[in-house]
Amino acid sequence: VCIHRVRSCSSIRFIKSKYVCVFDKSALKFSHQQRLFRTSAVSCGQIVQFKLSDIGEGITEVTVKEWYIKEGDSVSQFDSICEVQSDKASVTITSRYDGVIRKLHYSIDEIAFVGKPLVDIEIDASKGVAPEEDVVETPPMSHEEHTHQEIKGHKTLATPAVRRLAMENNIKLSEVVGTGKDNRILKEDILNYLAKQTGAILPPSPKAEIVPPLRKTEAVPAAPKDKARKIPMPVSRPIVFSGKDKTEPVTGFQKAMVKTMSAALKIPHFGYCDEIDLTQLVQLREELKPLAEIRGVKLSFMPFFIKAASLGLLQYPILNASLDENCQNVTYKASHNIGVAMDTEQGLIVPNVKNVQVCSVFDIAVELNRLQSLGSAGQLGTSDLTGGTFTLSNIGTVGGTYAKPVILPPEVAIGALGKIQVLPRFNGKGEVFKAQIMNVSWSADHRIIDGATMARFSNLWKSYLENPASMLLDLK
Amino acid sequence: MVLQSLKNCLWLSCILRTPKACFRSTASGGLIIQSVSNDVYQNLAVEDWIHDHMDLEKQQVLFLWRNSPAVVIGRHQNPWQECNLRLLRQKNIKLARRRSGGGTVYHDLGNINLTFFTTRKKYQRMENLKLIVKALKALRPQLDIHVTDRYDILLDRQYKISGTAAKLGRTSAYHHCTLLCNADKFVLSSVLKSPYKGLKSNATPSVPALVKNLFEEDPSLTPEMLLDAIAKEYAAQHQIDYHITVINPADETLLPGISNKTKELQTWEWVYGKTPKFSVSTSLNMTYKDSVLDVKVNIDVKHGRIEVCNIDLPEQWLPPGLYSELVKNLTGSKFCPNETTTLVTTLLRVCPQDDELHSRWSLLCENMIMLM
Repeated sequence: VCIHRVRSCSSIRFIKSKYVCVFDKSALKFSHQQRLFRTSAVSCGQIVQFKLSDIGEGITEVTVKEWYIKEGDSVSQFDSICEVQSDKASVTITSRYDGVIRKLHYSIDEIAFVGKPLVDIEIDASKGVAPEEDVVETPPMSHEEHTHQEIKGHKTLATPAVRRLAMENNIKLSEVVGTGKDNRILKEDILNYLAKQTGAILPPSPKAEIVPPLRKTEAVPAAPKDKARKIPMPVSRPIVFSGKDKTEPVTGFQKAMVKTMSAALKIPHFGYCDEIDLTQLVQLREELKPLAEIRGVKLSFMPFFIKAASLGLLQYPILNASLDENCQNVTYKASHNIGVAMDTEQGLIVPNVKNVQVCSVFDIAVELNRLQSLGSAGQLGTSDLTGGTFTLSNIGTVGGTYAKPVILPPEVAIGALGKIQVLPRFNGKGEVFKAQIMNVSWSADHRIIDGATMARFSNLWKSYLENPASMLLDLK
Repeated sequence: MVLQSLKNCLWLSCILRTPKACFRSTASGGLIIQSVSNDVYQNLAVEDWIHDHMDLEKQQVLFLWRNSPAVVIGRHQNPWQECNLRLLRQKNIKLARRRSGGGTVYHDLGNINLTFFTTRKKYQRMENLKLIVKALKALRPQLDIHVTDRYDILLDRQYKISGTAAKLGRTSAYHHCTLLCNADKFVLSSVLKSPYKGLKSNATPSVPALVKNLFEEDPSLTPEMLLDAIAKEYAAQHQIDYHITVINPADETLLPGISNKTKELQTWEWVYGKTPKFSVSTSLNMTYKDSVLDVKVNIDVKHGRIEVCNIDLPEQWLPPGLYSELVKNLTGSKFCPNETTTLVTTLLRVCPQDDELHSRWSLLCENMIMLM
């Protein structure tokens, strides 16, 4: 098998997968292709015992605190191998060699000794072992064309893998800015350099010049001709993309949301949308904002929306109910605990304002302020997050108009509020006026709520908000 | 003034960016820089940046910094073991994990931090601490201060006024230490006392010590005076001009890549996730209706996440299906009160709607959250 590998470099270079035999796949990750060709009939690699070098201050032993690699991993020279600690000093031990880790001599929390082997690394036989002192650069592989590239009389630092990548893409290391330690050139630096190069070659995107489609069929033959003129020139250099997919387990709060949302979608949802003219409410809020500020409270539109919803729920209590698991019983909840969806770093959190039916608009504003500051600090309590009976989601603060909100079990209804837009509308006299329009999208559980009920609730809620003075009549 | 600071900026920019040996500096031997920021993460990021990018062969660096209230734990420590996390959250005190070893310290503006950057070969903690003592004695000869062999600085032979830690990399190293001038000792002692019981861990423990502020010894001392005195002594010993260059840790052009370093230091994965494996074995004393329940809990935490969780509840206290659902969801979840709160309240939505059940669930979960 080894003999097959010894062929001319160019033809085999890009057909990596065939020659996975002796080295495991991880060795190929660092593209030590020349190594494959070199090892022809000789045994795989020399195992070197990498000893723990002197820490300084006469220290003879350290505790191993963290391994950055495990047995079987490939390492490049200067990669971090482990973190050890001694007497308040934390030391990062880096690899002296390129190779594959074959053995870790210590486990976490064990004491390691200076001068004794720390790890065994299998290196390529042809490379030879680097001298014992900590040198900044080791001799490069002799068959490489780009060995030491010099910038102003000094050597550039780059691992063999990086040098090979540069060579493959006809890049001079002296032209690349290194961003690694000691200005070492990293793989990312080569890729950034490449990205800049390829950008210069491509002509401007043809998209801007596309002719809008014409109704007549004569336009069709014209289109291919246009296209032919605008096909971009093929790029001469291979574009290297090194991004990798990242898989993570779903845990914690996210996992709980998966369960809740799956349960939510078992509820037959129906939607009902409408638009609300908030012109009068906007004016009212402007008047009341300074009053609230004097009392130390920030007044948004939400307290009005929440109170109006509660007044509506008094007339249509089925929207504040809960259906049991077997759909045998409906429980009409006495308290209106209205949930307010909040977007936090963690995701969607829904704390609720308790007993809105006995709260004034100002009370609601105070409570909202408290919940918002706790929410952004990540300090909401369990009682703040449980017991909700109805939810409003002000997605408009983020953007959007209409939405299709998902009901949060065990509730039976939810409303999503879009952003307030200034739009032209007609008044009773047929004149155009400037209106502050907000869209609302309701979703309800169709097993116990019918369209008409939702519509009537929405109309009532809408009437309270379009004419805030009417709320005064029904406030308890 | 503006022209002067601009000149400083350009000059500093040159020093910080230049690759090896191309740079010929007018000020050889040393550089003294001071941070304008009081943000612990930004300042720790500056340390990282200098450690990773600066050539310390020709000149060593002294970095002076102070932070607004923060608790800083060592690289391999366990924050649950070291401080009162609940109190930190309440008081809005930041928690940071530094990259050097050692124990936990409390920072506020009454504490000064000094970082001595050298090449790996020139790493010398004792010398640095002796420099500090010399500077302080020059400022106030009557002070009874000396360096112990544990690299602490003691006042009056018994009070610790400075703690040390260090980080060694492949070619460079740094030694940093604190110095108590007029820090809030009351807050210090209350935040550095852990209320968490039943923790078993191999993380580096801190060695508690009696502390004192230099201000208590001599009320005329201020942090600025201490910083100046130490900078002067450093300049003298390194044969450089006594000149402190001011540095802004938010300046990405001066310190390319610094904002990423700052961000990384603030991630949950770094601050909490780097905690060595530990376990919590304790009892929850829950008062439910007329009885008091003693519930044994055992949690294994790895990378800051719950690996194993066992709660010894009385039989049927919670329906078995519900108990296993709780444990299943807690497994893999962050050992964090906020994460757990949102998790358990979200799960409650899909539990049977029973008041009794809900109150038991809430009671259990609230007690569990107190452990975090």
